[in-house]
Parts: sequence; structure tokens; C-alpha cells
Amino acid sequence: MVKITIKDLSFSYGSRKILEDLNIVVGDSEVLSLVGPNGSGKTTLIKCIDRILKPKGSILLNGGRDLQSLSRQEVAKYIGYVPQSATGVLTTTVFDTILMGRKPHMGWRVGDDDIDRVVDVMKLLHIEEFALKDFAELSGGQKQRVLIARALCQEPEVLLLDEPTSSLDLKHQLKALETIRSLVKRTKISAVMAIHDLNLAARYSDTLVMLKDGMVHSIGEPVELLTVENIRTIYGVEAVVMRELDRPYVVPIGSLNGCKACE
Amino acid sequence: MPPETAIDGSDLKLEYSRFVGRKLLFLLALVVATVVLAGVSATLGSADLTVAEAYSAVLARFFPNHFHSTWFTETIIWNLRLHRILMALVSGFGLAIAGTIMQGILKNPLASPFTLGIASAAGFGASLAIILGAGFAGGEYLIVGNAFVFALLASIAVYGLSKYRGISSATMILAGIAIMYLFSALTSFLQYVGESDQVHEVVFWMMGSLGRSSWEKVGLVAAVIALSAPYLLLRSWDINAMGAGDEAAKSLGVNVERTRVTSMMLASLITASVICFTGTIGFIGLVAPHITRMVVGGDHRFLLPASGVVGALLLLGADTAARTVFAPVILPVGIMTSFLGVPFFVYLFLKRRKEYW
Repeated sequence: MVKITIKDLSFSYGSRKILEDLNIVVGDSEVLSLVGPNGSGKTTLIKCIDRILKPKGSILLNGGRDLQSLSRQEVAKYIGYVPQSATGVLTTTVFDTILMGRKPHMGWRVGDDDIDRVVDVMKLLHIEEFALKDFAELSGGQKQRVLIARALCQEPEVLLLDEPTSSLDLKHQLKALETIRSLVKRTKISAVMAIHDLNLAARYSDTLVMLKDGMVHSIGEPVELLTVENIRTIYGVEAVVMRELDRPYVVPIGSLNGCKACE
Repeated sequence: MPPETAIDGSDLKLEYSRFVGRKLLFLLALVVATVVLAGVSATLGSADLTVAEAYSAVLARFFPNHFHSTWFTETIIWNLRLHRILMALVSGFGLAIAGTIMQGILKNPLASPFTLGIASAAGFGASLAIILGAGFAGGEYLIVGNAFVFALLASIAVYGLSKYRGISSATMILAGIAIMYLFSALTSFLQYVGESDQVHEVVFWMMGSLGRSSWEKVGLVAAVIALSAPYLLLRSWDINAMGAGDEAAKSLGVNVERTRVTSMMLASLITASVICFTGTIGFIGLVAPHITRMVVGGDHRFLLPASGVVGALLLLGADTAARTVFAPVILPVGIMTSFLGVPFFVYLFLKRRKEYW
């Protein structure tokens, strides 16, 4: 089953084109990672899918309704978004921050179901011990887990993650991605994440989309896409690709002089 | 997506409900303190009354068979003190919730009716009426009408200017500061060309006073707050989400632009309706939200009403002190709010155990 169909999607800031004619299909229970160099459009695409930005083209949910025709609240019932970092001013507790994820589903009053959902998600991500701490007092990694919990509280069909491991240590990087992958597989939701680490992407993704200059360069399984040639073309980096645990493993050797992508 | 695991989270739920209960208890304590202070305030003045006499005079109007009062006491309470006390309460409440909304929506601890030029514009409107006698209304409402209209014009100008560059908290604050300086300069110009007694009246108006209150004015301000506050309270979750950043709020289903504009317009309307009658009382809208935030945190479901009651309490306390400390001289309440509130705020700020903003 197809969860999301992105058709002819383009986005510009004024006259500057950021994304151009993207066509991507995300299946049920699929972890799809967007990879590519800085400025290739990964984060912009995530924001377009969540309608934070308004692109041209269409984003169909379950092969039917175009997300762009739905109200913001309706979109929030289907799509959960985990930003790269917590921006803005948060003076609420961790519990209240996660409870905000129930916003698309609840009115002013908080119901028992909403509280139960928050408790379940906190237990799932092992963050219950700092439930009543202020969000601002947490470490970067703890904040990231709280933001993932908030998105899960939305009960989304699609989870969008913008660099979900950027502020996590090695152990928590693996834990976060294991949790996301296991959630996706058990609950039939789908995950689309923008990620820089090719080895983590290869290990935890079903599909990779390689973006370059706002366009899709290639789509496929990690083992097909992570080749010496593709890495040279996309990143301008000379690398060795090995295989570990049945997954490709990229060891960068050096940047190519004079190539546009290295600058 | 169903819950992942069937976990017994009863401890966590209990802990959270206690946490919410403590906030509600604080709100209740504030309301009780306000009622008590209102009673005490009604006894203070040139005619000595006891708290019991003051409450009896109020209750005798509603329950004449159960409470009795003298004509003298009733006249003092109903014609002189009660409307002033209620004006302090509704004005303090209004200014505090307007400040809370402005700080929450703009995500800026310095946001207040002053920083957004609303008070400055109201001051110009009043100056125009006092010095040039020109305005939008006639008679006793000349100054009030001008202050109100210019305060609203300022908020519309802030909205218009920021819309031109995209409505964000930064553009609204910058536009507000520009408007504030514009109207301050215009007021200074009027003061420069005005007669000395007119300038004196302008300065007195700008210090803020509850001495001009009446039942009619209390009713008008209360009506504006009663119509606006429920909407703002209903938007509490949206404002909480916006505290996490515009993008996060959008992804949680909040219509950020609409919430920002409607909430700011209502906060401006409340401010305008208060300061057109009282003059500029600046301190309450800035500091009442901070004092409350230090105790109840940033959840606007509790912050908004609690901040309103703290504002009411502060303004009533300040006005009571203003009319009794140097009696028979009555100080402008704007001076007393800062004298009383600043030490209290600094004490809380220094004693705070954690970052609250």
C-alpha cells in the first residue's frame, strides 16, 4: 500500500528554485531517508510535506486526498513532525510539551485518553523520569526524545524527522532510530527522515532518496544506491563502500578537488 | 496508531494531576487574597469603616433582609470607593492578560502595551484632546475617545507594517517600537507648543490614575474584557504551541498567523479600553505576567487567568497605597505600581530557583 505520493512537487523562495519536479512514493511501514549534501533540499521537502511551506504540485495521502486541500488541523492528525532542534521559548514541563502533541485531537479540556497517550509514549521512549522537569533544562539528546514523543502523541500516519540524530550521542542515535524503525514496522505508519549520516541511513532505512540541487538523483534500496560512483557524484567525495551486517557501509577517503559539490 | 504498550502509568498520572492541582490552588488563593484586599481597601480612606461595615454595605444592596447598613456607609462605599476598587480590579486584570498575550504571542519577555506603541499612541490621543481640543468625540469623552482611537490605530499600524514583511514576532516588535517612537515624538511636540497648565494635565494623565473612575466606565471595561478574555483563554493551547516556535505550532495544527493577529488585536482592544479611562499604567502589563510565570509556569491555560488576578491584586494594592500613604494627598497610581511592584519583582527574580523564560 502507498502511504504518500509526492507528484511534481516544486518549491521556490521567490525566484530561487529549491525543489524541482520531485516524484516520490512512500509505502506503508516504510522508513524512507532523504540524503544529500547541504542545500540539496532535504529539510525543505520535509517542511513541504508537513505544509509548513506551501509547494506546487500535490502530496496525496493513501492515494486519495491531497494534503494541500486539508486544514492545518487535519494535516496534523496525519503527519507528525520532529524538528531538528527545539527553537523558540519553551517554559513548559516535559509532560505538557508532549501533551501538546494531542492538540489536533483535543479541545481546550484534556481528556483521560490524552493523558494515557502521553504516559504510554513517555514510557516507550524512556523519558518518564523527567516528566515534570522543565523542557528547557534538558540536554540536547533528551530534548530530541521529547520532540519525538510529542510527534508520536499526534498518532500520525506519517512521521517526518529532520536530522533526528543530530544532537544525540552514539548510543542514543542507535536507540532513537531503532525505536523509530520498530514503531514503523509494528504500527504500519511510515517515516520520512532527512539525515546526513549515510551509514545510519543505510542501516535503518528501507529506501533512500538521493537529492542533489533540489532534484531527485536516484531512489532505491540502500544497497543499490550507496555506491562509490553515486557518492562521488552527489557529495564530491571519494569513498570506499563496504558491507557490514548485510548493509552497505561508507568510509569517506577524501574530497575531490575542483568539484562543485565540494565547495 | 494504537498505544504501544499497556503500561500502568498511574503514578505518573497522579503526579501530573497533583501538579495541575497546585496551579489551581494558587489561582484560588489569589482570588481569595483579592477579595480580602478589596474588603480592606474599602475600609481605608478619610471616613473610617470596618471590614464588616464595608461588606455589609455591599451585601445590603443585594440581600436587604439579611444585611443592614447606614445611609452614610452605603454612600461612601457605593458612590466613592467601590467603583474605584472595581476599576482597579478590572483594569489590572485587563492590562495583565493583555501583557501575557503579547509576551506569549511575540515570545518576548519585554513585550507590553508600551513596547508595541499602544500606550504611547493613547498618550498622544489624550494630548491632542487636552492641548488642541481636537478629537473623535465630544464633551467628557473627548480625551477618552481620542486615547481609545489612537491606541487602536497604533495596533492596526503595527499589524499593517508587519504584514508588509510577513507577520512574525520580530516584525511586530520592530513595527511596535517604530510606532512608539513616532507617537512619543508627536506627544513631545504637542507638549512643546502647549500651555503650561495643559502640559501639566498631559503629564498627570500619563502617570495614570483611577480617580476618574465611575460605574459606567467600570461596566465598559468589564464588558470588553468579558467579551475578549474567553476567546484568549480558548486559544491557550495555540499560544503554548507557538512558544515552541512557529514551525512546531504549524505542524501541531495551529493557524499561527490568524492566532497571532486575532490575539494581538484583542489584547490591544483590552489595553485601549483600560488606558483610555485610567491613563497609562505601564508596569502591570509588563510584570504581572512575569511574576505569575515564575509560580505557575508557561502553560497559558493557567498563566492567563492567574496573571489577570495578579494584575488585579497589584493594581488594587498600589491604588490603595496611593490614596492612603500620603493622605490626604493621592498619588498617581502609575507611580505607586512601580514603587510596590519593582521590589517585589526583583525579590522574586533573585530568589527564583530555575529559569522561567
